[in-house]
Amino acid sequence: MSKQPPKAMPNGAPSRKPPMDLKALGRLVKLLFTYYPVLIPLIIVCILFSAGAAAIPDIFIQKVIAIVAKYQPTMDLAGATAELVPQILFLVGAYAISLVAVVVQAQLSAIVTQGFLYKMRKDMFARMQRLPVRYFDTHKHGDIMSTYTNDIDTIRQLVSQSLPTAIRTLSVVVFVLCVMLYYSVWMTLVILAGVLVMSVVSKKIGGGSAKYFMRQQQSMGKTEGYVQEMMNGQKVVKVFSHEGKSAREFKAINEELFDDAYKAHAYANTLGPIIMNIGNILYVIVAVAGGLFLTLGAPNLSISGLAFEISIIVPFLNMTKQFTGNINQLSQQINSVVMALAGANRVFDLIDQQPETDDGYVTLVNVEVDEEGNIVETDKRSNIWAWKHPHQDGTLTYTLVRGDVRLVDVDFGYREDKTVLHGVSVYAEPGQKVAFVGATGAGKTTITNLINRFYDIADGKIRYDGININKIKKDDLRRSLGIVLQDTNLFSGSVMDNIRYGRLDATDQECIEASILVGADDFITRLPNGYDTLLSNNGANLSQGQRQLIAIARAAVADPPVMILDEATSSIDTHTEAIVQRGMDKLMEGRTVFVIAHRLSTVKNSDVIMVLEKGRIIERGSHDDLIEKKGKYYQLYTGAFELE
Amino acid sequence: MLKKLFGSVREYKKPTFITLFFIVLEAIIETLIPFITANLVNSIKEGSQVIDIVSTGLLLVLMACLSLACGGIAGFTCSKASAGFAKNLRNDMYDKIQSFSFANIDKFSSSSLVTRMTTDVANVQMSYMMIIRTAVRSPLMLIFSVIMAFVMGGSLAFAFIAVIPVLGLGLYAVARKAMPAFRRVFKKYDNLNESIEENVRGARVVKGFSREEYEIGKFDVSAKEICSDFTRAERIVAMNTPLMSLCIYFINVVILLIGSQLAISTGGEGFDVGQISALLSYGMQVLMCLMMLSMIYVIITMSSESMKRICEVLDEVPTITNPDSPIYEVADGSITFRGVSFKYSIDANRFALENIDLDIHSGMTVGIIGGTGSSKTTLVQLIPRLYDVTEGSILVGGVDVRDYDLDTLRGNVAMVLQKNELFSGTIKDNLKWGNENATDEELVEACRLAQAHEFITTFPEGYDTIIEQGGTNVSGGQKQRLCIARALLKHPKILILDDSTSAVDTRTDALIREGFRSYIPSTTKIIIAQRISSVQDADMIIVMNNGRIDQVGTHEQLLNTSEIYREVYQEQTSGSYRDFDTVGGEAK
Repeated sequence: MSKQPPKAMPNGAPSRKPPMDLKALGRLVKLLFTYYPVLIPLIIVCILFSAGAAAIPDIFIQKVIAIVAKYQPTMDLAGATAELVPQILFLVGAYAISLVAVVVQAQLSAIVTQGFLYKMRKDMFARMQRLPVRYFDTHKHGDIMSTYTNDIDTIRQLVSQSLPTAIRTLSVVVFVLCVMLYYSVWMTLVILAGVLVMSVVSKKIGGGSAKYFMRQQQSMGKTEGYVQEMMNGQKVVKVFSHEGKSAREFKAINEELFDDAYKAHAYANTLGPIIMNIGNILYVIVAVAGGLFLTLGAPNLSISGLAFEISIIVPFLNMTKQFTGNINQLSQQINSVVMALAGANRVFDLIDQQPETDDGYVTLVNVEVDEEGNIVETDKRSNIWAWKHPHQDGTLTYTLVRGDVRLVDVDFGYREDKTVLHGVSVYAEPGQKVAFVGATGAGKTTITNLINRFYDIADGKIRYDGININKIKKDDLRRSLGIVLQDTNLFSGSVMDNIRYGRLDATDQECIEASILVGADDFITRLPNGYDTLLSNNGANLSQGQRQLIAIARAAVADPPVMILDEATSSIDTHTEAIVQRGMDKLMEGRTVFVIAHRLSTVKNSDVIMVLEKGRIIERGSHDDLIEKKGKYYQLYTGAFELE
Repeated sequence: MLKKLFGSVREYKKPTFITLFFIVLEAIIETLIPFITANLVNSIKEGSQVIDIVSTGLLLVLMACLSLACGGIAGFTCSKASAGFAKNLRNDMYDKIQSFSFANIDKFSSSSLVTRMTTDVANVQMSYMMIIRTAVRSPLMLIFSVIMAFVMGGSLAFAFIAVIPVLGLGLYAVARKAMPAFRRVFKKYDNLNESIEENVRGARVVKGFSREEYEIGKFDVSAKEICSDFTRAERIVAMNTPLMSLCIYFINVVILLIGSQLAISTGGEGFDVGQISALLSYGMQVLMCLMMLSMIYVIITMSSESMKRICEVLDEVPTITNPDSPIYEVADGSITFRGVSFKYSIDANRFALENIDLDIHSGMTVGIIGGTGSSKTTLVQLIPRLYDVTEGSILVGGVDVRDYDLDTLRGNVAMVLQKNELFSGTIKDNLKWGNENATDEELVEACRLAQAHEFITTFPEGYDTIIEQGGTNVSGGQKQRLCIARALLKHPKILILDDSTSAVDTRTDALIREGFRSYIPSTTKIIIAQRISSVQDADMIIVMNNGRIDQVGTHEQLLNTSEIYREVYQEQTSGSYRDFDTVGGEAK
């Protein structure tokens, strides 16, 4: 992590500010339909069916009560039963259909939700892999991770809960509204007035809740950041007896979090009772209004043309309950919708990132050279590589890969307005070792970032075996360049898997040979499961030196003609250091090597030493040349030794 | 475990009980409402006077208002109680962690402590809220509703009795079956996230080896697996809804069928349309309660893992505490090791240090050299009591370190750790960790001594330069020098540098040591180093090997007596070792 360009970049800057954006919702819905053009409509149909089934019983209840009212005075049970049974059978039928719809919908929803998340994750990951290194250098890793975990989780909520609930409740409301209008327009108006009040209240309280939920997220992030920093430095806290102060600071931050969390939940928790009880009051109003209409014998206005009767009022009361319940359910989804939209925005932000472009057309191929010296392409792994270069006139040339790399007058800046490399020229002939020496920030790592095109130069040119590297396909360019970084990154999996990472078709034997070559075999065979030992957490169960050895073996398996090495600065003990050093030396043999050197022996053994200062090469030459020159290098070299 | 956890509720017991009280009240009112509505319906049906309808209506409105008030208050207090409980849990954990000794800290990784304090506490907060809102309410409502159903519907209410166990068992079975499936998936999900993190962190490696497509393929396999496992688990849970619907439908049909016949056959005496509609309402309520209970079951089982992880922190016993009558004065910087042996845990079969006897006089400069695993760091960590000896004793200023007040001891024994940290804040803030009341002059003095003043003044903001989290905006050597200055500000009697100048160039390193000699001569200085040059002018050099002292002596003596020392010396002077970059880096 120590060698990254400054974090604050114009296009990067992690902003987790959540804009309320309905566009994200539209895009999500559209994606859902594109991924599941059959299942989504099917689910909607099922939801509509079950919503309909939820409204139909009210009609039956009305009929049943009408029958009861009709036969009650005469107590004619037989007559009533004859009329009742068909009604009940209809009801059972409706229920059965609804039940089927519910089962199908619930099962399909589970399938669609998880499938959709899988596709989102896959899209995100695939896009992320194709992003330029700049993206990773300018975004906090924690923020990127949170997109995969928290943001995806909010979308899960939305797809599995909020959207179906919204569709169901809205359609139930519409169905019920139709039934209401069928019975009585006046009564419907009474209910609608109540609903209006409810939605105003929901909007008000729900909005407040959403606001505090956002704030809670922020204070949560702040708390997490503080805890993370302090937990990492806990030993320092102990050494400085800083426990009390650190606890006091934490309490203050924690108090803020409490305040936001408390308010966020208070709004959310009171919304339910408020809506439900407005519903209860509405119930009374409907009952009283109904009673009034009934006793006053007011004329009814309805689609059915039925007059006011008890058989209308009872189902109306039921429908009031349903209305209220559905609006309550809808209002409970406000928070998750708001959070999901913010989450979806961040997910889309990742998916919409500009991928690394590649206009290269020169490729790396295996070749064989026949007796006449002709280069012939082959599918076999011949260990002879060539650049396959198609030209505009349709001809094809093959150039043997030799490892000749030249940088000519290269300028570069991580930001357009700030150049960090000025007119850098480096010539590395095949098999030469080029060492970069200079202060932190002098531009050593930056140069290597340009050779494998992690970043593109602003001005000047870079030639690989005489070919402009912009013409080489990035994958092929990078395959021809091995890297060993200062910070070792290993992957979950066995030691063997990690070594094979260098070349996926390498056999076990080849991996072991590479390990033996670089001196890693010794410690690997002493691990509990040897090469099958599983690594996790970036190889946390290994020492730093051991991790470096695996990284070196990984590069050795790849066996590229050109290597970029960044020697580790961190101190490991002399013995392991010597083993790692020998491994590095083995790796360098017979290749063109660019090395960011930290060790004197590496520097001394290099063919050319580049002394960098503030993005400029101020001295170049072999060790002996530079010593003779008595310039900067000489000062560094002797100044250091004088004191010993 | 629960008792331990609920101990953190403290001042939020009050809102908790208020919540419970109002929830119960709300539940009672809510079960009464359908009862009264039944009367309302009946009186409408019987064509009662408008005044009767209105008065029953007013009663209902009153009850709704009461219920609203209760629900509102409960919603408020339960948010307060649960958020407060979470706050207390976090505070308690944080306090506990502050009391941890190094041995305790080693047990938990810092990232796991972060998860415990955030995600785990959030889980517990949610379930606490669920529990106080519904754990009392749901069974209560269940019982009330069933009672009311019997009161109103008589034998018809047996329909409920038939349905409740079926639904209860069904929901339980679903939860029971889904739970292990979910747990398995969560585990896989963690692994997936870990591999994403590896790819984020190791983006340069992935690209360097052109492994983008390979990684995408690998990710696809695990993501697909999670998708199908998750789908399977969710499909089990998805049986809940139809199960609920089935029961509601059953009850509705039974009530309508039997209820209507009853209403006709009795001629509306005692059982009428109102009762039918009330029974329908109670049916709904009963089912909602059962649904809630099954949700609580799921949430509690899900968060039980979190509870366990929180308790692990709260239950951890600090291995080092202050003595009963501590000593608050450290006489001088002399150090004596008497037959000291040490192992990191009691079960370890190997001692990390064995039979160490040492006498260090106040004001001496002591160097320590030795390979990885030779226990150099272990040796010095015993002095400020970061760990306690297993056998023997260590005296500082003639007194056993275990008899000192911890703050006094650590204030006098300053240690610059190998893995050191700066904290976000200004350089000044960081330095003041050493001494909160240090004047600007003192800060500058300490920084001059640590050879940090010069580079600090090259920053435009000087001592007010903001250090980013983890100290990423200063170089390794600069960070080390700031850490030394921070320790110097304590004006310690003993100063321990644990490989604290590894990233500093040799010249600056020498200047720092020279400064120590002339400015803090009476302070005992212990220097662990990889470089012989860092220790060769010390009064006494200790060569460690495999947890034992190999040799003690001066540079010249050791070249003769210690093979290890001689080897290291030769290796380093032959030029294969010296650190070059930092020389270039720190030179003017």
